[in-house]
Amino acid sequence: MAFRPRVPTGVSVVPVADAALERGLHASAAAPRRRRVNGWVLLSYVLLTVGALAMVFPFAWMLLSSFKEYRAILSFQIWPERFTLVNYVEVLTRTAFPRWFLNSVIVAVGTTASVLFFCALVGYVLAKLRFPGKNLIFVGILATLMVPTEMLVIPWFVMSADLGWVNTYWGLMFPGLIPGFGVFLMRQFFQTLPSDLFDAGRIDGVSEFGLFWRIGLPLVGPGLGALGIFAFIGNWNAFLWPLIVGQDASMRTIPVGISNFSAEAATQWNLIMSASALAIVPVLIVFFIFQKQIIEGVVLTGVKG
Amino acid sequence: MTTRTTRERKGLRLAQREAIWAYVFLAVPLAFFATIRFWPALQSFRLSLFTWHVDPARRQFIGFDYYQELLRNPVFHQALKNTLLYAAIVVPGSMLLGLLIALLLQNVGRGRSLYRAIYFAPYITPAVAVAWVWGWMYNYNFGIINTLLIEWWSFLERIGLERFAVEPQRFLTDPDKALYSVAAVIVWQQLGFQVVIFLAGLQGIPRVFYEAARIDGANAWHLFRHVTLPLLNPVIVFSVIITTIASLQLFDQIVNINFTDQGGPLNRTLSIAVYMYQEAFGRARMGYAAAVTVVLFLLILIVTLVQLRLTQRRVEY
Repeated sequence: MAFRPRVPTGVSVVPVADAALERGLHASAAAPRRRRVNGWVLLSYVLLTVGALAMVFPFAWMLLSSFKEYRAILSFQIWPERFTLVNYVEVLTRTAFPRWFLNSVIVAVGTTASVLFFCALVGYVLAKLRFPGKNLIFVGILATLMVPTEMLVIPWFVMSADLGWVNTYWGLMFPGLIPGFGVFLMRQFFQTLPSDLFDAGRIDGVSEFGLFWRIGLPLVGPGLGALGIFAFIGNWNAFLWPLIVGQDASMRTIPVGISNFSAEAATQWNLIMSASALAIVPVLIVFFIFQKQIIEGVVLTGVKG
Repeated sequence: MTTRTTRERKGLRLAQREAIWAYVFLAVPLAFFATIRFWPALQSFRLSLFTWHVDPARRQFIGFDYYQELLRNPVFHQALKNTLLYAAIVVPGSMLLGLLIALLLQNVGRGRSLYRAIYFAPYITPAVAVAWVWGWMYNYNFGIINTLLIEWWSFLERIGLERFAVEPQRFLTDPDKALYSVAAVIVWQQLGFQVVIFLAGLQGIPRVFYEAARIDGANAWHLFRHVTLPLLNPVIVFSVIITTIASLQLFDQIVNINFTDQGGPLNRTLSIAVYMYQEAFGRARMGYAAAVTVVLFLLILIVTLVQLRLTQRRVEY
């Protein structure tokens, strides 16, 4: 990575990790000097296990509570006397959970598709095409990264109210369609590709869009993967904007729906915990299936971004 | 492309063609950034100078009155103080623990990626649901933490050591404890990010540096202090900035962990973002809330400028 711009934003450049990337994250670069089972290694395992239990415990407790009857919740038994699914049945019948799930899927998939296409396109144009005003546009896009969402939600809401976007999928999605961070990330990836590649394509008569779509895009797969994962998770978990614009019961996403339901359930923690489990468990399952890619994506964006 | 002149002319035409295509591709994204990012940011400044009314014609210009109110309003002061306190706890807390865990992970071979995944999992789970789970664990009467404290107490009583017992705590309802309880949840959730970033940074440090230092007679502490820390510096700066900005924007957890008294007790867990939300969407004081977000913007701007200074003065080792 020859070129490193100074980024006036929350995203920075972490050069030391480049080596780790090049070597492959799972290469055992950091294997202990001589692998002997000494006291340090044992102590490390013990401490890590204690810590890991603390990380897992809230999830385990959530699941245990979600299988208890209301009566059991208020007595001090740790292990449920009887495992029951009645809480899940009640949450699923009392709420529009399937609808919230569908809303979350539509919003997260739709936004992610837009993020991937537009961030890659703008990243490609800024990295590989020559045109006047390029630097101004790049700096302008980076400048948007300094503005916190909190500062934008009020004007977004006023705008959505004026244009009838409240309680619509478009209203839920429009703020996240082209994040400046994604543009920056994809520009970094395209910059590592040799310009000769595109010049050669041009001479062969490939159209300008074809240069991006058929030559550039297949070569930035890892960047797209990382960006896609982040766009999806970020939109799946988003709360502030969906809370503001999607208040209608049928237009809630999972976080907004869970929050509303839990507030209504008040002290029925068995119901609240099964609602929370419905929000958390699918995310955890997906995470453990793709954990290698997701964690590498974090490193990649942390490093490259 | 036989003579110089035709090649030049052709080059010019190609350059023009390339520029036209660039703007064709950028048309939609530029319209997006202008209308969805830039204009609303300016609009926030503008709204903060007017009283709010749904009909724009009936908004009254009041200059900096809302900013003067911010200077006087004790609830805003509390929110600002809390927000800075969150950052002051979450940033060093999650980073020190994260660095420690990353160093421990470096010591182990087998199971490293499993541990890493376990520590990372909370980072990607929805903060809303996480806050409800912790709210239940923190519950004064029935929460597991207090249940365990009582069990522990009765155990100590049986063996005659009750002076070491800890009473059940009002984690979320005691004004002096609530903010720390919430901050602990955020540290728990942020930790995995730090672990992953630090582990990548540690793995990027070339072995030869350690070997060279060891030949010079350096002990483990020397290695950490004079090799690991300096080489990790860029990662640390990166992480401080990211985590600080995220801490200044805390919202999801605070709103959900104490739903019946959001930001309470006595506004002691209130963050700037939650305050903004309550003023804008609870009390319909959009103009005043816009002024609050301008202050938040300035805070983040300061952090960003500090980052610029730090990264420009980067030392090469």
